[in-house]
Amino acid sequence: MKKVLLMVAVLALVAAACGGDDDAVSAASCEAGQVDGNLNFYNWSEYIDPELIEAFEAEYGVDVIESFYESNEAMLAQLQSGVSYDLIVPSDYMVAIMIQEGLLVELNKDAIPNFANMAERFTTQPYDNGAKYSAAYQYGTTGLGVNVSLVGEDFPRSWALLFDPALTANFPGGVSVLNDPRETMGAALEYLGYSINDTDIDHLNEAVAVIQAAKANIATFDSDQYDEALVTGQVAVSHGYSGNMILAIGDADNPDDFVYILPEEGATLWVDNMAIPTNSAAVCTAHAFINFLLDAENGAALTNWNYYASPNAASTPFIDQEVNDFNAEADTAKLEVIVDQGDYEINYTDAFAEAKS
Amino acid sequence: MSVGVRPKSPTERLLAANAWLVFAFLYAPIVVLAVFSFNDNNNVGIWTEFSFRWYGEMFQNAPVMNALKNSLIVAAVSTTVSTVLGTATAVALERYRFRGQRLFDGLVYMPVIIPDVTMAVMMLLFFASAFRMTGGFGLSFGLGTISLSHIAFSISFVAIVVRARLGQLDPSLEEAAADLYAGRWMTFRKVTLPLIAPAVAGGALLALTLSLDDVVVTSFVAGPGSTTLPVYVFGLVRRGVTPLINAVSMVMLTASMVLVAVSLVFQRERGGRSVSGDA
Amino acid sequence: MSPTELQESPTDVVEVATPKLERDARRADARRGFLIASPSLFYLILFFAIPLGIVFVYSFATRSSTGLTLLEGWNLDSYRRLWDPLVGEIAFRSLLLATTTTAICLLVSYPLAYYMATRTARTRTILFVLVMIPFWSNFLVRTYAWRVLLGTEGPISQISEALGGDPIRILFTNTAVLIGLVYGFLPFMVLPLYASLERMDWSLIEAGRDLYATGWTAFRKITLPISMPGVIAGSILVFIPTLGAYVTPAILGGARTTLLGDYIVSQFLAARNQPFGSALSFAVLAVMLVATIIYFRSGARNL
Repeated sequence: MKKVLLMVAVLALVAAACGGDDDAVSAASCEAGQVDGNLNFYNWSEYIDPELIEAFEAEYGVDVIESFYESNEAMLAQLQSGVSYDLIVPSDYMVAIMIQEGLLVELNKDAIPNFANMAERFTTQPYDNGAKYSAAYQYGTTGLGVNVSLVGEDFPRSWALLFDPALTANFPGGVSVLNDPRETMGAALEYLGYSINDTDIDHLNEAVAVIQAAKANIATFDSDQYDEALVTGQVAVSHGYSGNMILAIGDADNPDDFVYILPEEGATLWVDNMAIPTNSAAVCTAHAFINFLLDAENGAALTNWNYYASPNAASTPFIDQEVNDFNAEADTAKLEVIVDQGDYEINYTDAFAEAKS
Repeated sequence: MSVGVRPKSPTERLLAANAWLVFAFLYAPIVVLAVFSFNDNNNVGIWTEFSFRWYGEMFQNAPVMNALKNSLIVAAVSTTVSTVLGTATAVALERYRFRGQRLFDGLVYMPVIIPDVTMAVMMLLFFASAFRMTGGFGLSFGLGTISLSHIAFSISFVAIVVRARLGQLDPSLEEAAADLYAGRWMTFRKVTLPLIAPAVAGGALLALTLSLDDVVVTSFVAGPGSTTLPVYVFGLVRRGVTPLINAVSMVMLTASMVLVAVSLVFQRERGGRSVSGDA
Repeated sequence: MSPTELQESPTDVVEVATPKLERDARRADARRGFLIASPSLFYLILFFAIPLGIVFVYSFATRSSTGLTLLEGWNLDSYRRLWDPLVGEIAFRSLLLATTTTAICLLVSYPLAYYMATRTARTRTILFVLVMIPFWSNFLVRTYAWRVLLGTEGPISQISEALGGDPIRILFTNTAVLIGLVYGFLPFMVLPLYASLERMDWSLIEAGRDLYATGWTAFRKITLPISMPGVIAGSILVFIPTLGAYVTPAILGGARTTLLGDYIVSQFLAARNQPFGSALSFAVLAVMLVATIIYFRSGARNL
């Protein structure tokens, strides 16, 4: 009897879990600068200058309640379960997933006059072409940090720095590769001359073979401390994100020994975006906040604080020269955004597990 | 205790040497952590020069202080509740026979076995459905859901530790006491509890550690404004971890050591008084 | 001691002959036991068993192309996938790592717990707390500190260089993973061991020493069996969590091989394949639950 009751309870919960709350939310009818309550802001840790938050609170007379997440996926799971936030900062591929799942409010551009400041490159990306649901927050690249004192001045600007065993065998300490299926399988695919978003299973198997062949000299698959491993001399070449690299190299004992490069075969462009979940209780405040950050000087303040590149074209004159210089390469290099490939995603995960074992 | 009086045998020396080595092992990273908390560099592992920079920044960093506060609240609640429930579980399983006991026995081990990410996903789905079914009653995700989830996995750790201890106690001691004091509760309080106290304390300390370190479950069941310290630290992927977190850790360690020292002194004074009272 | 054994024990056979009074007392006892258990029982059913039921249902569901779990088209595909050789290989590797970690933890912790338990009451309390204090710092920072210690600029490497040798990088090796895991789970072994050794009746050991010439035999015949519940509890608390560990192997070992823990995480997060992630978790749960119960029973019989 008890067991039956338990089963009923479980089934009821499951039924409730899948029961819809997909109330379609139309583009908000907010006006520029209008606020409708405090802002629940869900972001990565230390990704915004606290002074910007204070300035917004003072200007609009609302409170900003900050919460932090440690992965796009944990945030997605939370939103799917109905946890309510007003503004989130998902990465590119996650924006595409959230749009498909109907989790994002279509932005009302009338309430974001500063959207005119957005560089064109960030309104035409495949994950949200036309920037209907998202406004770029910051962007960066995934490339290679190289310790010149260990590798020598004369090295190829290529993924060969990670994947050519003949080359990497001479690197003291070996190399560090991101512990991320899409980034690392993508890098191997690009090394082979394919796209980072290639969905041909034969090509993927070739990429697995590339990683397996290179594995003897791969010291670590690391997504968190690759920058520190590079600047403390644990590895000679490190695969990682631009912003962390600039910070770590700047603080190294001898910054001149290190360079950050983008391989000629092509590299990843990644974009974090501001978006408003459909169950937001303060859609207008969220619009006001997006508009606030897209202001030329506020956008520059954001970049000067977190060192990632700004999608805000009007900000450039206000950004520190060294940050601009560091990010300049991204304007000309061959870059691609990682696109969510639906069912095929499982193949990347499996291929990565296979390549490692 | 007779052991202390016995002359030092070679075994005794070996035991002491092992203890020193283990403590050196336990505290080696803590020394590194402490040294680098005074490091004037953004990297955790590159030494530049001595500075109090991160201690200063820590107190001005509102999100970090808030996360620390959240962590401490959750840890206090989950440790207290799971220690009480876990001890009761151990007593019921070890000292009584009742229907459904074997199922309960199995149920107690499951939270230890289940991978944390699975626990995270299931708690999130559960709370989401529960809130949806009940209309929420104004309840939602936050420190409450985090504490409830921490208790759910901590009960088992406490129960297993306490049960191991109960399992080796001679029940006849308690039976004799039961005849003496009449009440079951008195027997438990006066005889059983003092005997299992080290295990209860051990279980409580494990529960505290588990709560202070949990990232995955917490990040799934958190709500607006309820980020805990470990989630905040793991969320630093865009910025990288700075010695600020070393400084926070040092403050937590120092505070707990002071607490322990105070309670030891307090214990001695109480003990001292009672001895003089007897005299 | 398990409930089954109690039922099979001779005292229960006599039950047929016991008077009604005693049976009533036994019933009252059972009721009291249930009463004591009921708050935790209720808690674990509500906040663990029911949530677990949800993911159990999910393990038979289908993954949509966007990674959503579709509660329809129920199937056993996720369970079939468990027979993939890749899964077996990953599970074997994790089992090996967990076994090694548990063995080292036991070897290091037993003498420590014994030493602690034989100190005076005051020293004992202090040592007990000293074991735990390092773990009230932040997990990630603690692990990063190990990176410094095990890297080429760490003390071990510098000693080697001072002696004229090459710099040594233990970081990113299996040794580093073992060091990290043993470090992380040591208290989970020390505390139950200490709890079972403390207040041991030392006169028993004295008597044993007189009985069996050597201290070692006395230890083997008396101390070890008495502390067995602590050994079992400690091994379970170390073995099971290490089986699912993935953060320490990633940070210190360089994640050069896939382990059970990160395979399950990647199914739930990166691949967003909840059905397969759930099926994997249930396989681990089932195997480990059976193993734990068998281990517990066999250990209990040794008493």
